[in-house]
Amino acid sequence: MSPSSTLEAPEASQQGTESGGNKKRSATFNAAMARRAMVDSLVKLSPRHMASNPVMFVVEIGSVLTTFYLIRDFGSSSSSENVFALSVVVWLWFTVLFANFAEAVAEGRGKAQADTLRKTRAETVAYVQRGDDVIEVASSQLQLGDLCVVTPGQLIPGDGEIVDGIATVDESAITGESAPVIRESGGDRSSVTGGTRVLSDRIVVRITSKPGETFLDRMIALVEGASRQKTPNEIALDILLAGLTIIFMFTVVSLQPFAIYSGAEQSIIVLVALLVCLIPTTIGALLSAIGIAGMDRLVQRNVLAMSGRAVEAAGDVSTLLLDKTGTITFGNRRADIFVPMPDVEQHELAAAAMLSSLADETPEGRSIVELAESHYGQIIQDVPGAELVPFTAQTRMSGLDVDGRSIRKGAADSVRRWVEDQGGTSPVELAPIVEAISKGGGTPLVVAEGSRVLGVIHLKDVVKPGIAEKFIEMRKMGIRTVMITGDNPLTAAAIAAEAGVDDFLAEATPEDKMALIKKEQAGGHLVAMTGDGTNDAPALAQADVGVAMNSGTQAAKEAGNMVDLDSNPTKLIDIVEIGKQLLITRGSLTTFSITNDIAKFFAIIPAMFIGVFPALHTINIMHLSSPHSAILSAVIFNALIIVALIPLALRGVKFRAAGAASVLRRNLLIYGLGGFIIPFIGIKLIDMIITALGVK
Amino acid sequence: MSQNVIAVIVLVVLLAISTPLLGSYMAKVFQNKKAPGDRLFGPIERLVYRITGVNPESEQRWTTYAISVLAFSFISVLVLYGMQRLQAHLPLNPDHLAAVPPALSFNTAVSFLTNTNWQNYAGEDAMAQITQMAGLAVQNFVSAAVGIAVAVALIRGLTRKQSNTLGNFWADLTRIVLRVLIPIAAVAAVILIAQGAEQNLHATHMLTTVSGQSQGLAGGPVASQEVIKQLGTNGGGYFNANAGHPFENPTGLTNLVLNWLLLAIPFALAWTFGKMAKDRKQGYAVLGAMAGLFAIGALLVMPLEAAGNIHVTQAHVSQAITSTSPGGNMEGKEVRNGPIISALFNSSSTSTSTGSINSANDSYTPLGGGVVLFNMMLGEISPGGTGSGLYGMLVMAILAVFIAGLMVGRTPEYLGKKIQAKEMKLVVLYLLMVPFVILLFTAISVVMPSSLTSIYNPGPHGLTEVTYAFTSASNNNGSAFAGLNGNTNWFNTTLGLCMLVGRFALMVPILAIAGSLGRKQRIPASGGTLPTGTPLFALMLAGIAVIVVGLTYFPVLALGPIVESLVGKF
Repeated sequence: MSPSSTLEAPEASQQGTESGGNKKRSATFNAAMARRAMVDSLVKLSPRHMASNPVMFVVEIGSVLTTFYLIRDFGSSSSSENVFALSVVVWLWFTVLFANFAEAVAEGRGKAQADTLRKTRAETVAYVQRGDDVIEVASSQLQLGDLCVVTPGQLIPGDGEIVDGIATVDESAITGESAPVIRESGGDRSSVTGGTRVLSDRIVVRITSKPGETFLDRMIALVEGASRQKTPNEIALDILLAGLTIIFMFTVVSLQPFAIYSGAEQSIIVLVALLVCLIPTTIGALLSAIGIAGMDRLVQRNVLAMSGRAVEAAGDVSTLLLDKTGTITFGNRRADIFVPMPDVEQHELAAAAMLSSLADETPEGRSIVELAESHYGQIIQDVPGAELVPFTAQTRMSGLDVDGRSIRKGAADSVRRWVEDQGGTSPVELAPIVEAISKGGGTPLVVAEGSRVLGVIHLKDVVKPGIAEKFIEMRKMGIRTVMITGDNPLTAAAIAAEAGVDDFLAEATPEDKMALIKKEQAGGHLVAMTGDGTNDAPALAQADVGVAMNSGTQAAKEAGNMVDLDSNPTKLIDIVEIGKQLLITRGSLTTFSITNDIAKFFAIIPAMFIGVFPALHTINIMHLSSPHSAILSAVIFNALIIVALIPLALRGVKFRAAGAASVLRRNLLIYGLGGFIIPFIGIKLIDMIITALGVK
Repeated sequence: MSQNVIAVIVLVVLLAISTPLLGSYMAKVFQNKKAPGDRLFGPIERLVYRITGVNPESEQRWTTYAISVLAFSFISVLVLYGMQRLQAHLPLNPDHLAAVPPALSFNTAVSFLTNTNWQNYAGEDAMAQITQMAGLAVQNFVSAAVGIAVAVALIRGLTRKQSNTLGNFWADLTRIVLRVLIPIAAVAAVILIAQGAEQNLHATHMLTTVSGQSQGLAGGPVASQEVIKQLGTNGGGYFNANAGHPFENPTGLTNLVLNWLLLAIPFALAWTFGKMAKDRKQGYAVLGAMAGLFAIGALLVMPLEAAGNIHVTQAHVSQAITSTSPGGNMEGKEVRNGPIISALFNSSSTSTSTGSINSANDSYTPLGGGVVLFNMMLGEISPGGTGSGLYGMLVMAILAVFIAGLMVGRTPEYLGKKIQAKEMKLVVLYLLMVPFVILLFTAISVVMPSSLTSIYNPGPHGLTEVTYAFTSASNNNGSAFAGLNGNTNWFNTTLGLCMLVGRFALMVPILAIAGSLGRKQRIPASGGTLPTGTPLFALMLAGIAVIVVGLTYFPVLALGPIVESLVGKF
């Protein structure tokens, strides 16, 4: 991105890293969503849906099987047997339903959002240029390359690039941000999204997407989870969970012959209960909810990930390429201080600097006026009859001529030459000051009036507050930050030092950036970057995580695997954190699920065989009241723990920036040791309750 | 008691010395670096290569490596089978032993090929000296070497960067036998012979005992075979009594040396792993997990056996230490060894897939027997067999990394290699194989009327006996619990199948994992990487192994050893 394209107000990109979702987006969980999720949990019982989740599919088959045996034996069993069998069957079905409910709740938020977006996708009329005529075409009939005229108040009929004109556009339908943005032909801010509204001016848009494949369509599919595919790590984890399920099936199936040998044949209901308790149902039930919720957390921060793979990769990123401008520093250089020459008064320099900048509409120019006002007590006055001298590439100066005075500000060389042309000389003090400012990473602007040099304006990049702390956190997580800038190495080094990045790439061209990404990847690093320009597109495509700014060009958005609707490059850091949080949640619940099994064994095995081996009472360490209540308690615990963990699965495990070693210690303690202890307590409590309720 | 303490301390000291020395030496050998003995072994190696036409520089992909392993094993099994069938016509058969029957020949060939050494025969009565020396002992060397070669291939896969190849199997085999196994075996054999172990080619010597009965003393090259049986974690004894026989294991010193020999290479390989990974801490973590699990097993069995058998106590028989009795549970143990040293030996043997015994497992206390059974159920990783122990533990490490690695917020990686769906498929395949055959065949055996007759002790002890047999065969341990007539068609066939599955159905996935990991990019470690060279990781590794194995076998353990031990108390 070029720092000089300053048309758009920089506010949007200056929200800092904490710009969470806005109110409209974070639809909280409500009664209507709960109802919808409950209905969905029933719909999801269809075997075709369940088959994609091997663990829960086994539970469902087990539930069907036990239901069959329950009905078959209902007449011939004692009433206490029937109560027990019925309870187990009911809770097995609950186990399946709770898993479906978790997934449905996770999808719910996205669905609510998709509904809102669908309303935006309403059919509109497009005014398409055909030769010299403009004809009306339904927006759904637009073809690639159609040129549409859009006037104020109209919805832009489809995704495209502005080929003519400049306009303010209300993109709140997509970004939730109410402040309008400026879109113009040419450059990096030419892309517009269908469904957004033009507020002022007339533009001509060339359509770049086919009907049904617009950005809005993709966005709806994404938030709704319709196009959700399992991510690579999720697939690998599924394989492990399926493997564990198979091993435990061996265990349970072979247990029946052992039981027969021991003289204590078991009922199918008890065996299925044991199997369901052993197989990793907790993580099996919550796995897809964790994935959906992870994507949803990104959406809440106004980031659209085009694939779950990208979210996972974000957790793995070890090198962050950050554009200096807009990410590390505010978009533009600002005047920091006026340094007068020895024989010049402060206010004289300040006044001249302000006068020279009144006509300067660049942010730098405005910042000089602001500095003169706020720190040097200057008051803006009308200067009638002044003749403005605009900046040109040849003179590299700007200023004004008024009442015979002529004031200039500009690059040191140019101003010095101009002063000498006027018959003056530049004071000896000037060169060292200019040099010192340059060395410090700033930009010196020399101010002169006539033949007299007044002083120097120190322009500097202002590093965003709080960004240095973020980089410290990144370092703790083992992530290297590299600042990318078009500045010269001297300036770059100074900013890099101030912001605390690990490395920088100065005078960077798109080719340099690409080369850097390839070099990092060759070394085994995963690279994340942001970009918005067409010339960023190859690098965005090459990077493992490429976040395109929504304000950027269509090419950039196509190349990246995420789009930030707020166009805030600092958000890359949040994205990495969300990726990590997703993986941590997955790992923690897997560990929890496996360590849970130990207690269940101690509940169920003694219960199964205490009849033939009363000595097994010794390993009934929870002192559960009866075999039936022991088995039932384990099954109920197994089902309830899913519900209890839904909030954690949706919210994600608390993430703290720290080194892997300490994160591991902490999570092992909580989810490993916790997973070992909690079921002992939980099963005991449930046993006490159901015993009190009369289950024997 | 003090003798026991000294024995334990000396064993620990010996291992503490041998592990780094042998580990570093093996790393040099496997990486073709300058190593002691180059001048001696170099020419022999080149001669072997010239005769066999092997080009040691030609590296193999994982598929070729695996095919080489299988081809070599196939030829081995044919040779071994033929030798047993033809031994009557071969020289060096002073006792004129007849050909071994076909089924038993097959069982024995498979058993020695797979480094299991399950023996359905009594060595002194069935195997001619030629078969023992040129057949079984040779397999003791090469089957150990094959295991080590596969482990080395896995280390190469883990440590190489974007490489399609894993080394040359034939060169690895040659170097391991020549530079690692033969030198150690030669030195140890001399110690054994000096201590009185047999080493001759004599026929059975008949004599009349003081009680007037006739007894035969079998001759043979015992010491040379005994050392490689231990060093290669094979376990097949020259005699039926295995290391309980005084001709195999004559003194307390030889007992100690034999105990050290079976632990030496498996522990040292963990050190080798650290060396080859160029990160010693990685080796320490694996070594730590192995040593921890080993210590827990040994420290459970030793006091359990020393405490004596509750049934014996209930029968009012004293198990106290006296001047003539070492005390404790002495049934099936040598008085000269006592319960503690016997327990240490058998725990070592079951922790290493060796399967040689100096006492009878069937007579161990219920829980003591349960622990040696669990040692094997762990999958022989504490420290496991030569090579198979390390690759088994590395699979556990991959599993541990996969489960716990996510908890640091990265997709799992081990030594910088991403663990993805493909590796997990192979890991799961590896983990499924052994429980599948153990549980399947044990389950059938305890309900099938024909096989039930093989169980001498009904009830929980009988269940332990059957479970032990299949666990031993499937994990290529080879020790028998006894109390079970394994020489039936059903058991011969199924146990043979278990041995093959436990060997080759695991080696092939291991080599596939090695191939897949070898091709991968190596991701440099950073502060965000799961640290796998720490005590915490060693703990996690041991914990995951115990939990996964414990959960798989808890029901059968509960109905066997656990219930048996509890019943005794009530």
